[in-house]
Amino acid sequence: MEHIISLTLENKSGALSRVAGLFSGRGFNIESLSVAPTMDPSMSMMTLVTSGDDRIIEQILKQLNKVIDVIKVVDLNESDFVARETALIKVHTRPDDRAEALRIADIFRANVIDSSPTSYTIEVTGDFRKIQAVIQLLQPLGIKEIVRTGRVAIAREPLRTVASQPRPVAKAN
Amino acid sequence: MMQLTGAEIFLESLKREGVKTIFGIPGGVVLKIFDVMHQQNDIKLILTRHEQGAGHMAEGYAKATGKPGVILITSGPGMTNVVTALADAHMDSVPIVCFAGQVPTALIGNDAFQEADNVGISRPCTKYNFLVKDVNDLAQTVKEAFYIASTGRPGPVLVDIPKDVSMNKAEFKYPDSVSIRGYNPTYEGSKWKIKQAADAIMKARRPILYVGGGVLFSGASQELRELAEMTQIPVDMTLMALGGFPGDHPLSLGMMGMHGTYVANMAVHYSDLVIAVGSRFDDRVTGKVSEFCPNAKVIHIDIDPTSIRKNVHVDIPIVGDCKRVLRELNNVLRATVNGDQRELRKPWWDQLNAWKQEHPLRYNQDPEGLIKPQFLIDRLYHLTRDRDPIVSTDVGQHQMWAAQYFQLSSPRTWLTSGGLGTMGFGFPAALGAQAAFKNRLVLCVAGDGSIQMNTQELATAVVEKLPVKVFIINNRFHGMVRQWQDLFYEGRYASSYLDRTPDFVKLAEAYGAAGLRIQKPGEVDDGIREALAINKPVFVDVPVDQFENCYPMIPAGGCNHEMLLADPPELQKRQAVGAQQDQQDQDTILTA
Ligand SMILES: Cc1ncc(C[n+]2csc(CCOP(=O)(O)OP(=O)(O)O)c2C)c(N)n1
Repeated sequence: MEHIISLTLENKSGALSRVAGLFSGRGFNIESLSVAPTMDPSMSMMTLVTSGDDRIIEQILKQLNKVIDVIKVVDLNESDFVARETALIKVHTRPDDRAEALRIADIFRANVIDSSPTSYTIEVTGDFRKIQAVIQLLQPLGIKEIVRTGRVAIAREPLRTVASQPRPVAKAN
Repeated sequence: MMQLTGAEIFLESLKREGVKTIFGIPGGVVLKIFDVMHQQNDIKLILTRHEQGAGHMAEGYAKATGKPGVILITSGPGMTNVVTALADAHMDSVPIVCFAGQVPTALIGNDAFQEADNVGISRPCTKYNFLVKDVNDLAQTVKEAFYIASTGRPGPVLVDIPKDVSMNKAEFKYPDSVSIRGYNPTYEGSKWKIKQAADAIMKARRPILYVGGGVLFSGASQELRELAEMTQIPVDMTLMALGGFPGDHPLSLGMMGMHGTYVANMAVHYSDLVIAVGSRFDDRVTGKVSEFCPNAKVIHIDIDPTSIRKNVHVDIPIVGDCKRVLRELNNVLRATVNGDQRELRKPWWDQLNAWKQEHPLRYNQDPEGLIKPQFLIDRLYHLTRDRDPIVSTDVGQHQMWAAQYFQLSSPRTWLTSGGLGTMGFGFPAALGAQAAFKNRLVLCVAGDGSIQMNTQELATAVVEKLPVKVFIINNRFHGMVRQWQDLFYEGRYASSYLDRTPDFVKLAEAYGAAGLRIQKPGEVDDGIREALAINKPVFVDVPVDQFENCYPMIPAGGCNHEMLLADPPELQKRQAVGAQQDQQDQDTILTA
């Protein structure tokens, strides 16, 4: 099953390769990964999408906790979360397709961020399924190139105070 | 405040850590540090002849003393040579701090002379590593390195020091304590889980303690013994745990696993409660995982949460330091254990004793025949046991026989490469232990294949006056490989025969050490006594029966209760022919 794991790391050179090395060394999957600094410049935040059965996910969480540069590990699947990714899609447009491209962008609240006489570059943000849908619809027009970010995710705030917060997995080595 | 160079800060920091001995080899980028080490007498620097040797010496030192072993080497080839020892220490949780020189910071990344990506190379085989970019960070880094290496689940830590960092100056202030926000080992086990474990122990009818190296690192031998004696639960030890519980104690079943005793493996297979303490369910111990202790509940006590449920299902996981958890468990049990445990456990012990008698460890020494390797090791054990020796081994059959026949009685006397299985480990590890304990008897049981991987350290042994006694079980084979080929490859000896082994007696003498050879069963006792009496490093070459195999054996991936106990009949036939050939070979070797 797919899991989205949110990691807080030391913002140090080498921290990312320790996490990446853990996945390759132990044969775990990484489907996507994104890292950026947090408001505290000494830390960065990583969202990591992986998959595996319960036993593998348990090992992944424990192994991540064991990495000394990892400060906190949260398995977002333990509760409710929102996830987003962004894609930039360059579509080839013949004169009579240009309107259709714009219409599709409009439906998905995507933006055209660059245009040339024979192409549009469309920026779309959304969950994984929305991005897949846009790509599917634009395909018949002729897609020249796609770049996508990894997914970023964040836990939803509970509606009532007692609702389930994601449990941080106890940091222990 | 005084300004010190990086090299001086290095020295002062090591002193603050209580370091007495370090092992290493110099090179261009660490000359400044060696120069400083040369002008002081607080820390002994042992010059080895190969960085792998330095690495295993540091491991031997650490395993025997419980304190971190320290290595100092140069960049590039110095670093790549030490990688095997770091990987070995990583697998076997040995606390090591390795300082490597690096090219000057300005040159890093330029493919400078003798540059290697030390941090990149060592990442997967260290617990943590550092590149020190500024001399102002050096003292703090050394402090953190020792802290990480020796706390939690111990392991090797690398500190990479560029040349300019060792030359630049900074104020020296050694930190009193460290706090690393991403590193907080759990020492106390959950009280609630410990209570559950105690309940399970009270209910169990066929319980077994399965103890691993963690018992040694945490110094839990006393607590383990108290637990076993109070509850009369039998003790199975892994290869790494030997010495952690006395091998000659009536509750000890000996070693378990691929070449464990029959009773140890049967006990775990048929038990109804496995109490794993500081062990990690390695495949050499569990055999076929899906059939490992099929009817047992499992309690697992370990400081490393990743060890728990990695390979097998665990019913009661307890994350914590073995010593503290066992102490607490003993407290709970002391209040609940009632009645005579011996009476309660009688049916289980009757069964265990029956297994013990059914298939004890055995070998057949013909007084006129070739020396059996087991006989040599058995005699070595009996002739030295009252001196409580430290015993190191290389890797192969001789290692397994040493594990089977040495019933070590105290912790930190067993130095062996378990997880990585590194040939060449034994001799330097013995030297490291001897460097820590000048007056103790240190033995090394080596194979003729393995010893050849680090014989250069004979020079270190002689120069440093480290009188280790090395017994080379010389079968002119990579014996363990030959055994697998005999059992699983129809006797095709692909690259396992060592056509030419050196004359180990002359080799030792060439370095200024002593050499001896024991040739007949009748000479074994006297030969061992003679070697022990020499106050120098000694190589004792013992030509043995080439075709002896190590049993019991659980074939890789087999179940623990399905052990091979002797050579299958077709193999016996093949070997009878081989043995004749061997006798001739040996005659030619010895007369050559
Ligand atoms: C560095 C290294 N290379 C290869 C091996 C594979 N290996 C395991 S045991 C063994 C043979 C060991 O021979 P020897 O030291 O003579 O011991 P014996 O089994 O004959 O007692 C080999 C080659 C290893 N464990 N380590």
